[in-house]
Amino acid sequence: MKSWLTTTDHKRIGLLYFWTAFGFFLIGGLEAMIIRAQLIKPDGGLGVSAETFNQLFTMHGTTMVFLALMPLSAAFFNFIIPLQIGARDVAFPRLNAFSYWVFLLGGLFINVSFIAGPLFGADRLSVAPDAGWFGYANLTSRQFSPGPNVDFWLLGLQILGIASLAAGFNFIVTILNMRAPGMRMLRLPPFTWMALVTQFLIITAFPVITVALVLLMFDRFFGTHFFVPQGGGDPILWQHLFWMFGHPEVYILILPAMGIISEVLPTFAKKPLFGYTVVVYSGVVIAFLGWSVWSHHMFSTGLGPIADSVFAGTTMLIAIPTGVKIFNWIGTLWGGQIRFTTAMLFALGFIAMFVIGGLSGVSHASAPSDLQQTDTYYVVAHIHYVLFGGTILGLFAGMYYWWPKMTGRLLSESLGKVHFWLTIIGMNLAFFPMHFSGLLGMPRRIYTYSSGLGVTTFNQVSTIGAFLVGLATLVFFWNLLRTRWQPVTAPSNPWGGSTLEWAIPSPPPVYNFTVIPTVASRMPLWKTERHAPMAALPERPPAPIHVPGGSWWPMITAFGLPILAIGAISRTLPIVFVGVAVVLVGIYRWAFEPFEM
Amino acid sequence: MAYETGTHAAAVAHGHATSLGLDSRKMAFWAFIGSECLLFGSLISTYLVYKGRSLTGPFPHEVLNIPFTSFSTFDLLMSSLAMVLALSAVQRGDMKQGKIWLFVTALLGMVFLGGQFWEFSHFVREGLGLTTNLFGSTFYVLTGTHGAHVTVGVIWLLTLWIQALRGKLGPANAMTVEITGLYWHFVDVVWIVIFTVVYLIQ
Amino acid sequence: MPGTPVYFPAVPLALLAVLLLLTACGGGHLPQSTLAPRSDFSGELFGLYKDVFWWALGVFVVVETLLLIAVARFRARPGAAEPKPVHGHTVLEIGWTLAPALILVFIAVPTMRTIFATSGRAPEGALRVQVIGHQWWWEYRYPELNISAYNELHIPVATPVQIELTSADVIHSFWVPRLGGKRDLIPGRTNRIAWRADSVGEYWGQCAEFCGASHANMRLRVDVQNDSAFQHWVDQQRAAPATPAKGSPEEAGQQVFRRSGCIGCHTIAGISQGKVGPDLSHVGGRATIAGALFPNTPEMLRRWIMNAPSQKPGALMTPQNLSPQDLNAVIAYLQSLK
Repeated sequence: MKSWLTTTDHKRIGLLYFWTAFGFFLIGGLEAMIIRAQLIKPDGGLGVSAETFNQLFTMHGTTMVFLALMPLSAAFFNFIIPLQIGARDVAFPRLNAFSYWVFLLGGLFINVSFIAGPLFGADRLSVAPDAGWFGYANLTSRQFSPGPNVDFWLLGLQILGIASLAAGFNFIVTILNMRAPGMRMLRLPPFTWMALVTQFLIITAFPVITVALVLLMFDRFFGTHFFVPQGGGDPILWQHLFWMFGHPEVYILILPAMGIISEVLPTFAKKPLFGYTVVVYSGVVIAFLGWSVWSHHMFSTGLGPIADSVFAGTTMLIAIPTGVKIFNWIGTLWGGQIRFTTAMLFALGFIAMFVIGGLSGVSHASAPSDLQQTDTYYVVAHIHYVLFGGTILGLFAGMYYWWPKMTGRLLSESLGKVHFWLTIIGMNLAFFPMHFSGLLGMPRRIYTYSSGLGVTTFNQVSTIGAFLVGLATLVFFWNLLRTRWQPVTAPSNPWGGSTLEWAIPSPPPVYNFTVIPTVASRMPLWKTERHAPMAALPERPPAPIHVPGGSWWPMITAFGLPILAIGAISRTLPIVFVGVAVVLVGIYRWAFEPFEM
Repeated sequence: MAYETGTHAAAVAHGHATSLGLDSRKMAFWAFIGSECLLFGSLISTYLVYKGRSLTGPFPHEVLNIPFTSFSTFDLLMSSLAMVLALSAVQRGDMKQGKIWLFVTALLGMVFLGGQFWEFSHFVREGLGLTTNLFGSTFYVLTGTHGAHVTVGVIWLLTLWIQALRGKLGPANAMTVEITGLYWHFVDVVWIVIFTVVYLIQ
Repeated sequence: MPGTPVYFPAVPLALLAVLLLLTACGGGHLPQSTLAPRSDFSGELFGLYKDVFWWALGVFVVVETLLLIAVARFRARPGAAEPKPVHGHTVLEIGWTLAPALILVFIAVPTMRTIFATSGRAPEGALRVQVIGHQWWWEYRYPELNISAYNELHIPVATPVQIELTSADVIHSFWVPRLGGKRDLIPGRTNRIAWRADSVGEYWGQCAEFCGASHANMRLRVDVQNDSAFQHWVDQQRAAPATPAKGSPEEAGQQVFRRSGCIGCHTIAGISQGKVGPDLSHVGGRATIAGALFPNTPEMLRRWIMNAPSQKPGALMTPQNLSPQDLNAVIAYLQSLK
């Protein structure tokens, strides 16, 4: 127990990230199911109140983006990146532990709002955030959202931002600076490459939302008017700041999944990734362009024809590098020897589904067309084809692919196939009809709709599909759990992968590599035209390997942040001081702790 | 064609050798500074977007005291010079000079903070509070965030100074001092931008 | 085990067929369908969507077919030779960079054209309507006609309308799918759209930007009328509210209205000057109440007056504690205000 609380081992932290994020994924999924259940009937549905419904969709979005998908990617960053680059750990192991604890505590802080009502004298149990995951001003102002709901959201997101930023600095340095000899940048596995691009997006995008949240906090706590029109403020400024973060965030969510399937496809097609450099550079281009398109979320705000044209144009440009990636993935399959393992099925599912999300995205990029689709179920369909059909299928591919490496135990392939088919059928039943609901005029974020709209059948199909996805996820959960009771039998390279993580035992020993390998090719474990496979590493380290010990201070420092937030939300200055003191003491003890790396 | 066969490097147990030859902490700090640029960029943009949109006074030209703030700016610039001298002293092992210059840097930082405290309280007396108008809100949040950064820097410098007094800081810790200096110079550069945007271009 | 994956895009393909069908029949009978435009504005948007749709469908078929072929043809077979380790192909890379770029040009050009064609400026002489969003109802002002309307917008057919949008509280979005695309109502700003409806009829819309508890209940109705019907309606709005006959139940209702909480929030010309809720001077002539949420019937009025928040979460109108006779009288009075 203590060893887990104080761990600085990237592999353990990776597993902590995984299980925590998976737990939040289940919570976010449960919220989605209640939303879908409510919408199975028009005119009042199953009786979920408007207030509860607004909390549910707000928390579903917030949870999935910040507490499930990002940290599930982070689980793989933690576990896999040091292995793929031939390192013993990340650059800053304690900072890594700190990121995890801040993420966990930030996630708990937001979710505790579901039962914190009585503490704030509310007449209901739940005071969960209810202004949407995008928190548009000026609905979030004290005047229109007087309760603590929005405070939970804005404080929680600030805490989570710290976790993401700390992890971002850590992984940038790890990837750039901790590579094994011979692991040049253009020999980095595509997953690590996409992770690197993602970290650059994180460290540039998160400061922007931090500023937006701080300004909102000043409005709500101290009475400024940054987003309050009565005081001269402009609510549209919030939208600019939010989407300047929010659109890069979309790529923060999708690029790691693209990296995963760029690993899975070559392994199971027994062919190198087609156009490796092009795939890498298109990822970089997507990230750059991702910074220039934020206003396509705001076409209905009336930016004027010039701005609309510019942002429509830049948005369409992103389709090019994205299309290039898809063609290269198909090129990888072409002429290969495809094995349909569950990981491969999910990777293929990613391509098939992501294409749909990408194409519906073009009708959003076309600004005038988007005026009919934005804020309807059409855009709900679009984001779910991208973030479920893309990111989540990609993450599932990664889970089946790397689970044996992470735990030494293989997931059941037959349960995996059930999981895959239920997921694919469920997600298409759930999300495809949403295109029609949207085109027929059903706005999003509504707890009830009129039977006269003619979208009842589509909604019923969506609900059935959502429950199938829920069932599929339970099958997967069972698949995960049952491996815990199995013996460790996974070979070091069960799939015949080409990258360094497959050169060491499953699960890897605490020091990862008995000796740091020297890399001579992009696929060190495969025979290529010019390179023989890397020779096996010695089974035992030839010399004793120093492994850093654990530390309490990252966790203790992390605890200071939710204490600070509790002080702020309850307007109790002494608690704020306690939080600050904990952070300060934590940082000092951390800085002066003897910790040999 | 001959095969190149992968070989094993000797075990690098402590992993201090880095791929780019740049100290990892320093690289992380550069990444941090990049991130901070976006933070201050967003705050400065907010200031500029709301410039001239206050509904009531006091307005910038009524309260801003350029000569006084020029002095503060000069003070902060001098602190950067002191920081350079401190680092160079620590690097060459001259801890006597190192101690002096570390303290001078922190002291100049404190003078700047004192100036900011005086300026803020003066503005409040003139009727410009945090919530008075958009100018007040954007001004205090922007310069306050910068002031918070200076405060962190001063605490950090004093920590190093105390370490030095206790004989626990030497040339072996030059990298720590160098990173402190990076931070200090960054905060200084941000102030130059703020001074230009807020005070000089009204 | 292998073989099955060949079928998996079957689900979206089948659903796609439904989309095609829908596009073909246009969902014409549905009140908020974007596929059955009835104005120049919505017509432009639908035309553009169709352009994008056919291009997207073409790309979809090509990409998914390639994927299917790859998956079907290159399944691992026992004893097959190792695949050739192909690393890439420069000409292919250039080709599949240029192909999508070219397609995007074909989408971008009509997009830009439509952006400027629908920029929201109506020609000279258009009817001006100011739309003001409230949580959760709509106010329409006709500055040239000097009248106002609530939740139900009346406009003449085949006449350009200049719609100016702003909000009294939070951000809303004005959306009548068959007449035009969304445009946000933003406090402190004025936005514009313009349209010319081409056929007489009743059109429905609702708020399309999340605006708080009853966002789902912020509906609206548009009555596109021929010129004489529109003129008749305008005259009605200009007239003073109906005066109930002495001793009638309506007159009793007026008395109840005068002495109850109603006057604090609602205006009836000559009776009260409340500004919180909609003006009720001509409420009896409306087809709907409560933000176009319920039909304007005595029964729905009764429920609404007795406990508005239970009918529409978050509604500011407090439950009115009226005796059954008073309630009936008020309802009769309100219904008489044609």
